[in-house]
Amino acid sequence: MILEKLKEIIADHSGEEAENITAETVLTDLGIDSLTTVEILMDIEDEYGVSLQAGEIGKTVGDLIAKIEEAKQ
Amino acid sequence: MDRRVVITGMGIVSPIGCDVDTYRQNLLSGVCGIDRITRFDTADFKVKVAAEVKDFDPLAYMTKMEVKQTDLFTRYAIAAAVQAMDMSGLKDAVDCTRFGVYFGSGIGGFTTFMEEYDVMQNRGNARVSPHFVPKMISNIAAGQIAIRFGAKGPCLPVTTACATGTNAIGEGYRAIRHGYADAVIAGGSEASINPLAVAGFQNCMALTQTDDPARASIPFDKNRSGFVIGEGAGALVMESLEHAEARGAKILAEVVGYGSTCDAYHVTSPDPEGTGGGRAIRMAMEEAGYTAADRVYINAHGTSTPLNDSTETKAIKFAMGEDAYKAVVSSTKSMTGHMLGAAGAAEAIASVTALETGLIPPTIGYETPDPACDLDVCPNTARQATPTLALSVSLGFGGHNACIALRKYGGQA
Repeated sequence: MILEKLKEIIADHSGEEAENITAETVLTDLGIDSLTTVEILMDIEDEYGVSLQAGEIGKTVGDLIAKIEEAKQ
Repeated sequence: MDRRVVITGMGIVSPIGCDVDTYRQNLLSGVCGIDRITRFDTADFKVKVAAEVKDFDPLAYMTKMEVKQTDLFTRYAIAAAVQAMDMSGLKDAVDCTRFGVYFGSGIGGFTTFMEEYDVMQNRGNARVSPHFVPKMISNIAAGQIAIRFGAKGPCLPVTTACATGTNAIGEGYRAIRHGYADAVIAGGSEASINPLAVAGFQNCMALTQTDDPARASIPFDKNRSGFVIGEGAGALVMESLEHAEARGAKILAEVVGYGSTCDAYHVTSPDPEGTGGGRAIRMAMEEAGYTAADRVYINAHGTSTPLNDSTETKAIKFAMGEDAYKAVVSSTKSMTGHMLGAAGAAEAIASVTALETGLIPPTIGYETPDPACDLDVCPNTARQATPTLALSVSLGFGGHNACIALRKYGGQA
């Protein structure tokens, strides 16, 4: 399940507790800026083998999951 | 426009305490912060001891995300700056465009540099962190402090190796004195106790190779054999006198002089005559209005290297002549080790302590006199000397010499 893994990755880079992160969480609300986004995308590439650009991931965790699923196909 | 400049806040992260009260008590009781290196395995190193910061909790000052995105030298810097700002009560009490930051580091994010180089070697350039550069650059502690407190005036990191802290305070003092800022956070930080840095300092023959922590940093002792690498941060809040008085701030001391020179001689060795350091001390004394009636405390650079301590003794004599023998000199590096870029700021706080309490923090571990270091070095125990003028001296690789002069604030000029 992408959401569970993504919660761990985002928690690791933002300092937010994984249990507080949901599909509706807005990434910038966690203080995630462009640099931290790049860091998260590196982990996503390692995990799922998909290469996303920082500007195309949408606003929420759910948006990001959709982009990962789309890129995996 | 020359204005008087006062200190209204102080903050410290050091090997002998991570708050000002603990640091001062330990300085006056002669507590040694040096021990065996715990940060990495020293089995194949000639150097075995360091003055590491213990019991530091960055989360008392920063969020988890900020901790993750900053090098240790910046975490120390933020902690010292937050303490100094809390003490001063300056937050929201200064025009942000007249509020400056003069805060340096001798090296910067050395450990981050090492870690990210490992990432590139092991995982390739595409995995080097986007935070690498803004974590590592040596100006970033100043930048982060400015962000934290919204300080939008001059923000100038100083990098003069081991003179960094003193030069930063001196330059901040001048910015206020000459009207470029009303208040400044000044100081320095360092966090370079890692294998690469220790190897480098070890191989340029700067560090002592003794494995006895009690005999490692013994400034002015004939048997001294090198410095002990330390770490931490020190921060001062300085303000123009009228700014501090207008808001009813408690004034801890007055900054009354600054000298800054270069040996222009050699990258690591001091000019053997000590005239570069001597001129910096003399400039600070003259600006401070020194007279023979002053009781002088000198917080020496006193690194415990064979060359520094004898050359610095010459420098003090160059500046003071025969009066040098009346001054009380001590090296608090006997307790803190050499905090490198943070040293000058930590030692400015030690100097304020001497002015406030009248007690001189001692040079501990002192056993065997050296004829080349024949000044009164306040051996082993604190002494009541009630100084009227404190001089804090720092000398750095590159030949940088800096000295600040401090007096107890008494109201009258």
